[in-house]
This record gives sequence, C-alpha cells and structure tokens, in this order.
Amino acid sequence: MSQKYYQKEIETMSAEDMKQLQSEKLVKQVKHVYDNVPYYKKLMDEKGVRPEDIHGIEDLHKLPFLTKADLRDAYPYGLLAKPLEDCVRIQSTSGTTGRRVVAFYTQHDVDLWEDCCARAITAAGGTKSDVCQVAYGYGLFTGGPGLNGGSHKVGCLTLPMSSGNTDRQIQFMMDLSATILCCTPSYAAYIGETLKEQGYKPEDIPLKAGIFGAEPWTDEMRRSIEATLGIKAYDIYGLTETTGPGVAFECSEQTGMHINEDHFYAEIIDPETGEVLPEGSKGELVFTSLDKEAFPMLRYRTRDICVLSRKKCSCGRTLVKMAKPMGRTDDMLIIRGVNVFPSQIETVLLNEGYEPNYQIIVDRVSNNDTFEINVEMTQGVFTDKVSEILAMEKSLANAMKTMLGINPTIHLVAPKSISRSEGKAVRVIDKRKLI
Amino acid sequence: MAIRQLTVFVENKRGTIVSVTDTLSRHNVNIRALSIAETEDFGILRLIVNDEATAVKTLEDEGYLIKITEVVGVKIGDAPGKLTAALKVLDDANVNIEYLYAFMARTEKHAYVVLRVENNAEAEAILENAGFHLITNADIEKL
Repeated sequence: MSQKYYQKEIETMSAEDMKQLQSEKLVKQVKHVYDNVPYYKKLMDEKGVRPEDIHGIEDLHKLPFLTKADLRDAYPYGLLAKPLEDCVRIQSTSGTTGRRVVAFYTQHDVDLWEDCCARAITAAGGTKSDVCQVAYGYGLFTGGPGLNGGSHKVGCLTLPMSSGNTDRQIQFMMDLSATILCCTPSYAAYIGETLKEQGYKPEDIPLKAGIFGAEPWTDEMRRSIEATLGIKAYDIYGLTETTGPGVAFECSEQTGMHINEDHFYAEIIDPETGEVLPEGSKGELVFTSLDKEAFPMLRYRTRDICVLSRKKCSCGRTLVKMAKPMGRTDDMLIIRGVNVFPSQIETVLLNEGYEPNYQIIVDRVSNNDTFEINVEMTQGVFTDKVSEILAMEKSLANAMKTMLGINPTIHLVAPKSISRSEGKAVRVIDKRKLI
Repeated sequence: MAIRQLTVFVENKRGTIVSVTDTLSRHNVNIRALSIAETEDFGILRLIVNDEATAVKTLEDEGYLIKITEVVGVKIGDAPGKLTAALKVLDDANVNIEYLYAFMARTEKHAYVVLRVENNAEAEAILENAGFHLITNADIEKL
C-alpha cells in the first residue's frame, strides 16, 4: 500500500502547532547545551544570554552563532553534550584535523536522523515493497549510513552497495529489480551512461525514483538523469555538522526541499551583519538542532547561500522549503560530493616540499566532476630524472587523496606560470555551471 | 672529471623549447649537446653549453627552473659496436644508467656519449679501466 508521508502528523502540521513544538524543543535544547557544553556556555555568557531568556523560537536570534572555526577550536570533544558512554556512533567529514568534523550520535540521534531519511524516501514514493539501492559511500561519510537507516525504517529491501564498482551496481540493480537509487547525482549520471552503453533503454531499468544529493547539481542534470534512467529524481540536503543527509528533502513537486524543521530550525541571515532576514530573502542558511542529544548545534552557520519559502506545497507538507543552495560564503568547493577547501591542498603541497603555488580547476564533463590541480614546479623537488619527478608527482597525488578523500589529477607546471591577478593568484577555476 | 649539465624544466606546450634556445642564442650561448625527456605534462631539457654562467643567469632571469647536474662524458669511436662496448662495461659492473645521449664531434671522427648514473666516480673508474677516454666541459669546447 502506498503511503504519502512517513510521519504525517509532523509533516503536515499547522504552522502554529509547529511553532509551538519548535519552541518547546528549543527551550530544552538550549538548556541542555548550556548545562553540558562549556564551550557554548562561554559564548552565551559572553553575549549575556541565559537559558531563561529563551522562551521560544522568537528568542532564537539572541543566541550566538557557531561557525566552522568553533568546530575546529572545539575538536574533537569540545561540543559534545553527552558522556561518550551514551554515544553509539561517529560520522566524519574528510580533511585535516582542523577541517575535519567529527559528529557524535546517541541512539536517539541516529533514530531521528534515520527518521529524516525515511521521510525523504517516502516523499520519493518509497514503501516497504521497494528495493532501495544505496550507492552513497558507507563509512565515515554520512551518505551511506543515513540513507541505509532511512531505508530500513521505511521497510524497503536495502541493498547496501556503497559507492563504486559500477558493473556490480548494475548487476544488483537489474537482478534484484532495484526501484530506488540513492547516490550522488554525478554517480547516478555515470550509472545511467554505463547502462546506456550496455544497451539498456529507460524502460528496461526497474528504477522508479532516485534520491540524489551531497553535491550541487542543476535542473538540466536532473532532467538528463531522469531521461536516461526513466525515473523521477529527488534532491536531498544535509551536512555532517547537523546530522547528515535528510536535513531537507524534495517532494514530488520538485520545487525546493522541505526542511525537517521539527528537528532542525532554519534561519536566513545576512552573512555580513548576522541579522536575521525575512522569508524569501537570499542569505546564509543557519541551522539550529532542536532535539539532538550528543552533538547539538545552536545557530550553526552553514555558509550555504539560500532562500526559504513557506508557500503552500501541492504535496500537502507544511514543512518550510529551502531552495537549492546558490553558492557559498567561503571558499569551500564540493567536488564529487566531497567538501574540499583550498587550504587543505595548500597544506599537502607544503608537506610534500612544493611551494603553495597551485590552481584548482573543476569542471563537469558528461555530468561528472573533473578535478585537476596545477602545481608549480619548484627548486626543492626539481631533478634531471623524469622517474624521480613522476614518483614525486605520484606521492603528491596519494597525499591529496589521503587528505581530501578524492583523487585529483596533478599537473606540474612551470614556476610562476599560474596567472596572478592583482598580485594574487587565482586559486580556483570552477567551470561547472551549477545555478 | 665529470661534465656539468644544465637541466631546464619546461611545460609540454608548443613554443617552450624555442623560447629556451632563443634566450640562450640572444646571449651568445652555444649549445653543444641536448636531450629532452618528456611526459604528458612537462619536459626536461638537458643541455651542455659553452658558457654555463651566462646560460644559468639568463634563463633564471626569464623565470626558468634550472638544475646543474654532473654527468659522465665518454669518448667512443664512430663505428658500429662502439657504444655497445662502453655500455657493456658498465652493465657488467652492474651500473644502472638513468639516461644517456650522444653527439658527434665537428672535426674528429669520434662520437661522445653523456651518461647519467648514480655514482659518477664509480662509472668513470670502470670506463677508464676498460680503456675509454673520458671528457670534460673543457674538452667539449675544443671539439
């Protein structure tokens, strides 16, 4: 039997009731953080805010922001709000110690995260009769574990494929008649192209829906994936800092993602002044967790530029919708679903004996991200032996892979050949057209 | 004893080699021998020149990355089998050759081979013991 909502009561709640629910949860969440996270208590004390000042959602703006820098300063346990013995899981982003986010979960936190993913799968038409192929990476990355858990909650037969090994993906998809595919949009496009090359037509492919996220993609790319695979493609949004995928998800209307705002309250702020902007304004997306135990985030600045909308949705959900993020307020790149900061590349270059003269070139060819790094050759590593230079280039590529979690193609270029405008080198050339 | 070789890093792009040789010719530097090793992205230009100091200065002024490497120079007869004979001596002594290139003299009926090995002194001793005549930058100037 088809089911439209996973948690109907919440997903179709009136604005008034939702505000009431959020307010009750926020008061408790703030107290929980204040009592258990000295790092955030200090931020609140410095701002002169006490938990008693927070009576409901209308008081949220009084609280201080948390940023990536705070996560760095507090790494690894500084923002933990529960004893480690109560935690059952960690998930993490790639990166250096400073850039890496390690998020902790109690069983309650895992459950609420999986509920969020279950809502996303249900919104994409998933029921217990479906076969859900999860081709996001499993492991520290939140993609695989999140959708895997959501799929279990819905009751789908779950294929925990993880990413890669496309031939095996296709074999399982065809042999076991997978009906829902969860992965990054670029991997979905790649699987689609491979199926096409193998002679499969859209009508031969058992899939009916795809839930694709963890990287920016255009509507054009969506239409192309939908046509190749013969499916309807749904967007999903999330970040490890708040929980992982499922913070927001798309419904059949495909006009933005419903935020699971009973767990994550969204604000849009002016990135310069920090001032909260009215609905419909473009600004930086800020999330406040409302009922997380181990790793609560109060007013976490995502650096994603976004717009919120409370326009009535044809799917019947009343949850606020966020547009696809339109950019970043920092220099983070998302390449093949992985967050990449130029500073990580700089660190690797210095460790490997190169000067930090580099240029990142990102493009999207046949719906797949290409990732190249031009590195200026320097005296320290230059030799007359090609074999030695190639060995060093390989070692550099390995170090990049270890740091970033993805493989760039390295090109060694002549010293001072990387163009500098106004004396400052252009570090990133992103040729992808994502908006 | 060894020969000093100039190594220049160039990108594997059109026009890069000519710009190096042009820089040298504008400063009256004469190239005695040259070899190129290339990969998809870059090339390594190895040169033996008559005026190292000027070559280094002018190329560095133009922003080139340069390295001086000492290599072994050996004189061989200009006849079939002569190169093989020299290489065989080294091979028999388990000397690994990273790369080599050869050039001819303008006047004498001899060829010259430039060898890049791990240990110059060792390779030189082996060649000399086998009766080969080694050459230096100064010898090259007289050719």
